[in-house]
Amino acid sequence: MTAPVSTAGATKARADGAEAATAEAGSAGTATAGSAGSAGSAGTATTVARSAGTATAEVVTAVPRTHRRRRFGLVTAGLSAAIVIVVVVSLGLGQYWLAPAQVVGVLLQAVGIETAWAPDAPTAAGVILDIRLPRIVLGLLVGAALAVSGVLMQAIFGNPLADAAVVGVSSGAAFGAAASLTFGLAVFGMWTTPAFAFSGGLVAVFSVYLISRSGDRTEVVTLLLTGIAINAIAGAGLAFLTFLGTTSTREQIVFWQLGSLNGALWQNIALVAPIVAIGVAAAVFVAHRLDLFALGERTARHLGVRVELLRVTVIVMVALLVCGAVAFAGIIGFVGLVVPHLMRMAIGPAHLPLMISSALGGALLIAVADLIARTAVPLADLPIGMITSLVGGPFFLWLLLRTRRKAGGWG
Amino acid sequence: MSATALGAVGLSAPGSAVTANGAADPESALGAVGLSGTAIAPGAAAPGAGGLSAPGSAVTANGAAAPGAVLGAVRLSAREVTVTPNGAADPVVIDAAIDVRAGELHALVGPNGAGKSTLFGVLAGDITPDAGDVSLDGTPLRGIHPLLLARQRAVLLQQNAVSFPFTVEQVVRMGRAPWARTPAEDDDDAAVARALQVTDLVPLAGRGITSLSGGERARAALARVLAQACDVLLLDEPTAALDLKHQEDVLRIARARAREGAAVAVVLHDLNAALGVADRVTLLSRGRVVASGTPSDVLTASAIEAVYGQPVDVFPHPVSGTPVVMPRR
Repeated sequence: MTAPVSTAGATKARADGAEAATAEAGSAGTATAGSAGSAGSAGTATTVARSAGTATAEVVTAVPRTHRRRRFGLVTAGLSAAIVIVVVVSLGLGQYWLAPAQVVGVLLQAVGIETAWAPDAPTAAGVILDIRLPRIVLGLLVGAALAVSGVLMQAIFGNPLADAAVVGVSSGAAFGAAASLTFGLAVFGMWTTPAFAFSGGLVAVFSVYLISRSGDRTEVVTLLLTGIAINAIAGAGLAFLTFLGTTSTREQIVFWQLGSLNGALWQNIALVAPIVAIGVAAAVFVAHRLDLFALGERTARHLGVRVELLRVTVIVMVALLVCGAVAFAGIIGFVGLVVPHLMRMAIGPAHLPLMISSALGGALLIAVADLIARTAVPLADLPIGMITSLVGGPFFLWLLLRTRRKAGGWG
Repeated sequence: MSATALGAVGLSAPGSAVTANGAADPESALGAVGLSGTAIAPGAAAPGAGGLSAPGSAVTANGAAAPGAVLGAVRLSAREVTVTPNGAADPVVIDAAIDVRAGELHALVGPNGAGKSTLFGVLAGDITPDAGDVSLDGTPLRGIHPLLLARQRAVLLQQNAVSFPFTVEQVVRMGRAPWARTPAEDDDDAAVARALQVTDLVPLAGRGITSLSGGERARAALARVLAQACDVLLLDEPTAALDLKHQEDVLRIARARAREGAAVAVVLHDLNAALGVADRVTLLSRGRVVASGTPSDVLTASAIEAVYGQPVDVFPHPVSGTPVVMPRR
């Protein structure tokens, strides 16, 4: 009995000049739901309708979705491969030059696999494993942390221009770290500097959030102006600490403001790695809820998100990631701005894939920037913050110009 | 299975499959509660789009049939609600009471500044009233976990800006977020597809939401709300940004959802729309409920003139007989 009715309906629809295919598909979907409501009164009808309903769904959604997934797969694979290549090349380059094969030999030797590639000179292993590798690994961690913190901030501010350095979180963290050095504090042992960086970053990001939010959203102009103010305050604090400090702490504070991976030690990595791992894992965990934030906070709440809780969690995570990055590498600007933006252009704004590819992209960007910093000028180690700003500044300008052209700028 | 027949007609041809309804659909939720009637049926099929699945999924999720199955039962209720915004001297909503019932489209009307949006915010749970209670199925709104609430009521706001260039399909899929990790998750693809179809958005499904016009964005937001598959719906001026055809589509969808047993509250500016589609109208003025009842009882010429300060004529439409409001010029 069901089939004739169904056909009749479909025919009717056709007769009425409705787009037959669409109407039929719609009907199937309706039937699925209807059957569910009537407690499985007609088994066969349910099955038929359900399969038809799924088919419709595939027609509408499957194409862009698989397309997006393939893109994400490609981007992830490409970034991972690029990171491996850059790391191997970077390990070999410098005053003490090694071929990539030799680098691989040393690395394999370190994990207990003997190959013919390993160079005979014992200095090679020392240079690679104790000097270059910790520096590069710290760079990868810092890059991932900064890029993910950028994605997180952009998500809660609903604003693609939020970045740790732009908004002043990095300066806040640097101020905290500088304070612990200037006053020679060691309350938390080896965790003292990161802990102070964390506190400084947390205060900064909370201030920015509270000040620049009005109603449901954050205006771009307010956000950037708040960033300027926070940067100014933190800058004044840093200047005062520089004035107070001894020659050696002064040097360290200057180093923070420029950003550098020089002198990274495995002990630093033992500290930074868990911080970054926790931050990135938490970011991936909340990614789906951050998608809903893009609809505005009220709507996110209507969709079941505990907005206040998520907001506070994300702010703490941002402070955590930024402190992990800043504590030993100083202020490295624009990573959190450039990387998520490029990734969004490549794979779209959904936060789960964005988080993962941004972490990889950030790691790659810092690896490349540090390679340039180490090797561009012979016998000199350029500050890495300078390199990223050199890339990030023009990129920021390009973003501004593009937005002005497209949307008439920010009010 | 007549739902199929009805659905086939969908929005495109309301009224055409009427005969199929009452006869062939005795077991559907509608049939069970005795909501027959030819005029009603075609609408009911249309939002099967976001629609019919709602009661089904609610049952799966809660383990028990939602009270929404009983037509006329009060789902969402505000009692003697008073709201004074921070910093304001006078309350913007005073002692307002409203009951949104299963199977009814309830229109909230009133002039600018009458407190419609505030009362709407109270019903949505965004605003905690300074006095009075708001409850869903008898449970105070504040006592319901946001996620469980999101599986029972969906809200469409006027502001539907999206911060990042998600595709329309992704935005609509966000409406399925409350059902993640529940059995109803299996219905995600179908629900999204139906919502896109009923809102006329299939051709735009892959487009970035930020590149769309205001009206298209508003429809995407409506599709998201339909995909959420809730049987309590709150819509704040859903027709505001839309052209004539899509305004009517939205009103039809809202009405059809009500016909399926959903409790629907809609803030409307257009009094003719309220007269044409609402089952019940609550008229607000200066924060107070002036009248509540059937559209033709509430929206009389004298009441409209008193509240809006604009003389009007209310007369029956020459064809349909529905009352029409015309300002006196």
